[in-house]
Amino acid sequence: MLVISDLRSEVDGKAILKGLSLTLNAGEVHAIMGPNGAGKSTLAYTLGGRPNYEPTGGSVDFLGQDLLEMAPHERAAAGLFLGFQYPVEIPGISNVQFLREALNSQRKARGEEPLSAADFLRLAREKAGLLGMDMDMLKRPVNVGFSGGEKKRAEMVQMGILDPKLAILDETDSGLDIDALKTVGAGINSIMRAPDKAVLLITHYQRLLDYVQPDFVHILADGRIVKSGGPELALALEREGYAEVIAA
Amino acid sequence: MSALAPLPTRRDEAWRYSDLDAAARTWPIDEPDRFVVAPGEQRAISLLQDAGPAETVIRDHRIEIGAGGTLSVHLLDVGGALGRVTFDVTLAEGAHFELKAALIGGGEQTIELVTTVTHAEPNATSAQTVRAIAAGKATTSYLGQIRVARGAQKTDAAQSFKAMLLDRTATANAKPELEIFADDVKCAHGASVGELDKAALFYMASRGLDPARARALMLQAFIAGLFDDMADEGERDRFDAIALAKLEALG
Repeated sequence: MLVISDLRSEVDGKAILKGLSLTLNAGEVHAIMGPNGAGKSTLAYTLGGRPNYEPTGGSVDFLGQDLLEMAPHERAAAGLFLGFQYPVEIPGISNVQFLREALNSQRKARGEEPLSAADFLRLAREKAGLLGMDMDMLKRPVNVGFSGGEKKRAEMVQMGILDPKLAILDETDSGLDIDALKTVGAGINSIMRAPDKAVLLITHYQRLLDYVQPDFVHILADGRIVKSGGPELALALEREGYAEVIAA
Repeated sequence: MSALAPLPTRRDEAWRYSDLDAAARTWPIDEPDRFVVAPGEQRAISLLQDAGPAETVIRDHRIEIGAGGTLSVHLLDVGGALGRVTFDVTLAEGAHFELKAALIGGGEQTIELVTTVTHAEPNATSAQTVRAIAAGKATTSYLGQIRVARGAQKTDAAQSFKAMLLDRTATANAKPELEIFADDVKCAHGASVGELDKAALFYMASRGLDPARARALMLQAFIAGLFDDMADEGERDRFDAIALAKLEALG
């Protein structure tokens, strides 16, 4: 599904990713862990196409397409979802309007018919319910006045509605209390655990991995994957710390 | 301004940001529209200025609001090479003037709103909310003068101006001016000029919205609500639709 080969990228002229390679197949959940400053968020933003996150080398193939050549909205329409560490507030635009426009833009780009207002609301209600989110919140402006935890839940509701093939979730667990972490974990499993989908979880801590169990765990340090393994690698990190595990 | 008034120059405060060449093409201009809101009367007017791109439009309004009267004005100013609308309003005791305006310019348009609100007697209130969007080499300007006469105590006058610049070559001017000759008054004014939030634009793109649509949605949100309290729903929908079409045409 996603083949990253020797990816290099820089932010404001500073090299951050320094030859990162990683392959995700359909049906797999991968976790990327790493110390602060390793390049975790830069990886997410480079894959999402954020301006100022300049790829300078390597390639990324997403479902047979050259991801780095696509504009951010084209990447979304192709099935990529980027869960933000800090979801953005957009005053004056309701979640419902935003998501319906976004979904229908994606459908149009894929040559599909737009969803009617009624069908969209039915879908939104179902996905909001899955994440324990009140429909009233979806009628409010995007992320405005939401707590940190509510923003993360709202991200997952968006993911449920947009139904991507690949989700890259950047620190989705930060700002969540234990109950919210359970709900969000269950949401990720229910939306993304499917034979034709894949997830890349970017996280600092092991705790989300208790609820969304990864098939593979990778350690990112100084812009490269320095170690890969199974779920046991995350546990070792939690026990011994990054320095120990990377050196071992 | 009588038909015999000389062509203004940049030294005239009220014309300092204007397009004088465009003004010269239509000079001399018509007499201002004058009207009077009777004491206790409540009136609402909506003004749409969407002239063609080559035209010069200068519309002056001279308004008197009688004691306890209310006038609510909605303005959508989007047309003309020069699209200039002015209000000179005088408020009697306890009168209220409310203005909600959207100024939208693209290309080389100059879109301007000039207001002079005189609180001639006590207890009058005025509230002006102006939102401006400029793209290309357009200029949007708001010159808002508030005069509080001697003895016009308990005046409450508010101005809020926010401008959005879509290109580095676009200009927004804001010139609030207060002239106060009473000591128990409340005059609040705020002005800000900004650009579209790039983080929000990327966020919207990451959800699948193409850049033009994302921008139009954000601009719609920026002027959202200005026309919500228009009594005539058909007219309100027309204003919203014309504003949206103009925003999408800014390209």
